Amino acid sequence: MPEDLRSFLQSAAMDGLVDWQAYETVRHLFSVSYADIELAVLEQGLFPQRYKAQYQLFQPEGQLRLYQARVAVVGCGGLGGFLVEELARVGVGRLLIIDPDVFDESNLNRQLLATIDSLGEPKVEVAAARIANINPAVAVNPVELFLTEENGEQLLAGTDVVVDALDSIAARRELGNVCRRMDLPLVHGAVAGWYGQLAVQPPGEDLISRLYPHPPQPEMEAFSDNFAAGVAAVASLQAALVIRIILKDILPVGRWFSLDLKSMDIDHVDFIEK
Amino acid sequence: MQITVKLFATFREGRFKVETREVTTPCSVGQLVAALQLPVEKLGVLLVNGRHVELEYLLNEKDVCAVFPQIGGG
Repeated sequence: MPEDLRSFLQSAAMDGLVDWQAYETVRHLFSVSYADIELAVLEQGLFPQRYKAQYQLFQPEGQLRLYQARVAVVGCGGLGGFLVEELARVGVGRLLIIDPDVFDESNLNRQLLATIDSLGEPKVEVAAARIANINPAVAVNPVELFLTEENGEQLLAGTDVVVDALDSIAARRELGNVCRRMDLPLVHGAVAGWYGQLAVQPPGEDLISRLYPHPPQPEMEAFSDNFAAGVAAVASLQAALVIRIILKDILPVGRWFSLDLKSMDIDHVDFIEK
Repeated sequence: MQITVKLFATFREGRFKVETREVTTPCSVGQLVAALQLPVEKLGVLLVNGRHVELEYLLNEKDVCAVFPQIGGG
């Protein structure tokens, strides 16, 4: 990063904050990417204006850790749409988004990225365009594939945290196995109407296979009705767990949460070994 | 003997959240699940006093049994 770029940023900062106008100017003057500018800003202890409202929460050190994090969101439907939105807005620097599907009309009731205009479009491409429009400093890698035990290790290579935003038990069991083998932390979430659950599978552990001890019956995979508030609630709790892991490496080992939006309660269970 | 049953998520629909029940000894978790008419194919985690158990586990007086469905939506 050239020294004159650094000094330009220092002079452009107001009370330590660098606004979007300065990003645009730097990009044209120095021919660098938004991501490069964000890194230069944070490495100098400056703070992007766009994150001003979260300054006290993360401080420049935490914001830099978020920028440096590589998060994979597996599934870009109900949970995944809200997750990529929240992770991009908070400033997670690199997002790998994996989903083989296109949007259809029945997604409109609950999937943030499903709009009249996006029907028929690949979900991961719509997500990438949305993120580019919200936070161009985020590097997005959209992958229009179904993650399996066979391709999982290749797809998730280089990732720090994986998020389970899938919609089937069979796919979750495969993702859980891949993350266990790769020693990656996995933030699990699932939703069924007014109910949801989330958990952190620590690196090398097998929490998912304990939550889903049996291969699903075919008829179970299509059962659950869902609506936006239930999906968004679980996705937001997952996003908060991802951020905690990035910032502090805090893993509530073997703990999972069961959410009941009908009676407004959250229970948590700490697994004790047999 | 007396035991406490806690149901979670979709298993609460048309049933209850927590209930203390009288069961005849011996009573396995599987027998309890059958008595509650919970669909076995949807069973997820089974806990007794916070410990992971299988359907064959025999309950004891004052046990707290938590039954979770597998939920898979997203």
